[in-house]
Amino acid sequence: MSAISASRNPLSILKSHLHAACAATALLLGAGSVAQAADLNALIWCDHSDPALLQPFEEANNVKVNVKEFEGTGAGLAIVEQSQPGDWDVMVIDSIDIPRGVEKGLFEPLPDDKLPLADMFPQVKMDGSTVVGGKRYGITEKFGYNTIGYNKTKVDPADMQSMAALTGDKYKGKVAIYDYYLPVIGMAALAIGKKTADLTEADLPALKEELLKMKANAKLVGEVTASQTALATGEVDILVGGGEWVTAGLAKENPALDFSIPKEGAVLWSQSLAMFKDSKNKDMALKFIQYVMSPEGQARLATSSCYWGMPANNKAALTDDQKKILRFDEQPGFLARAQAYPAPNADLDKKMQDMWTEMLQAK
Amino acid sequence: MSTAGNNGRALPWALVTPALGWTLLFFVLPFIAMGFSSLTAHEGGGFTASNYSQFFTNPSYWQAMVNSLQVTAIVTVVSVLLAYPFAWILAEQVPERWQRLALMLAVLPFWTSYVVRSYSWLLVLAQNGVINRALTGSGLFSEPLQLANTRFATVTGFVHFFVMLLTLTIFANLKQLSPSYRKAAADLGAGPVRTFLHVILPLTLPGIMVGAFLTFVLCIGDYITPQILGGNNELLMPQLVMMQIGRRGDFPLASALSIILMAVVTIAYLACARWLKIERA
Repeated sequence: MSAISASRNPLSILKSHLHAACAATALLLGAGSVAQAADLNALIWCDHSDPALLQPFEEANNVKVNVKEFEGTGAGLAIVEQSQPGDWDVMVIDSIDIPRGVEKGLFEPLPDDKLPLADMFPQVKMDGSTVVGGKRYGITEKFGYNTIGYNKTKVDPADMQSMAALTGDKYKGKVAIYDYYLPVIGMAALAIGKKTADLTEADLPALKEELLKMKANAKLVGEVTASQTALATGEVDILVGGGEWVTAGLAKENPALDFSIPKEGAVLWSQSLAMFKDSKNKDMALKFIQYVMSPEGQARLATSSCYWGMPANNKAALTDDQKKILRFDEQPGFLARAQAYPAPNADLDKKMQDMWTEMLQAK
Repeated sequence: MSTAGNNGRALPWALVTPALGWTLLFFVLPFIAMGFSSLTAHEGGGFTASNYSQFFTNPSYWQAMVNSLQVTAIVTVVSVLLAYPFAWILAEQVPERWQRLALMLAVLPFWTSYVVRSYSWLLVLAQNGVINRALTGSGLFSEPLQLANTRFATVTGFVHFFVMLLTLTIFANLKQLSPSYRKAAADLGAGPVRTFLHVILPLTLPGIMVGAFLTFVLCIGDYITPQILGGNNELLMPQLVMMQIGRRGDFPLASALSIILMAVVTIAYLACARWLKIERA
């Protein structure tokens, strides 16, 4: 199509007018912040929206970090699909879901030599998920455990060393279950002696039976805020699927909250940072990833006001008190007993979610 | 003559065009998109009816609809039973000069955030909440009752909101009634109870039905209240819809479930409109 015919096309005219209007709007909006060189657009989880984390990076790099929070990889990827290519620069994502983004052609490989891989806890690098086709598409920034969170003044800590306590009569009605099917199904797998990485469709009946036993003891099945509130207010004394992400942030207000890694083990959760292939600001995106992975960035992310978690970088600049709350020095032992987050294929994932629905509907 | 006739026909269309455009843009087009999505396979695309068949073959999904209908029916009935006397007292017993203030006080709960209101109820109904402390403190119960994270909590949260809505619609209906109806009934020898049962109540039924239908529609599609107050001890349809999106991003199944929910609302509307002449309101 020639330039002349294109310019006469009504759609092209409308498009050019729209572009002009958008440019004018952008100029007007930008006028108030001319001092800032650029914006970085980040799709994030709530722990990245803490000004204590973002502000030092913004000031050091003269950049504004625009964040949009989401919950669940499906919801995050839907936002990306509904956006224009280049709208987003970086994304926080469950480490096990990085291959989903790579499959959709969303992510840019990251340079290994510019990331502090040598300083990371080896068990949380998760190369099986973060490296696809020999290229690294994500880097684990924070991790923790879906295990047993509890109030040590209300329950016997010795009981919390076994998952049998979750289904026994002793704590009936004193239990909450974290409402996310993958980690809790992982815990059910550990309780029945299965490895989370080896789960197949054949295991579903036994897993369902274990989940139903947990449900029978539970007062509620709650998402992050509801389950945290229930434990903090004394509505329940035990949180199945809880861990440092629930108890550490509340340690100052409620030092009675703690977590255990029972003899059966725990499920390791980890979140990663990835860079978008279509980012128009790849240098700044890489700088952001490097900042979050730096000792200072890691300490700020680990102690974010939204939720605490272990920093992936073992050189994180945490205070002694913060390390104590996160049980930093016990990590080698914890990691040795933790198993990977279940990473089912699409078909098994659907079946697991349906099984979870069935558990929720059970009386 | 002909031009004047054309103008006469054009004006109503011109007036209604913005509303039609709005409906087309924000209801019809998204609805078509949702309908199209509901017939698409989540993995690999392609036409499929399996998103609909799953609802009818999976008992957990079906149960979510049953739960939604039960909760909505309870909320609607309880809200009407509470709102009617409230509206009647406001319209008939409160002096005219205080009615505006009384109405403003009645709708105060609308001024707070829906989420904050739900969390407030959670704290009120919790094991260590105001109600349980009063019950155990007074010696009526030795152990706290489980009020939070139950269907009772969900219904309470809903009723708190919808009583206000119903009060407004019934109050407006009561105020529109001419005093001569009451006088005529009295002239014919009817006492206050008989007048209410045979004159006032039937004449305010359209207002009740409008409020009840609004309650039904808003309640059956609400996600926040059952999510916060119900403790996920049972799933309602909006929760089931949201569940499909969170991790798996299964928009086709979420669309199919939403359309089924919408079909139920449509059936409820047709039922109300046919039996109770809702259009009179």
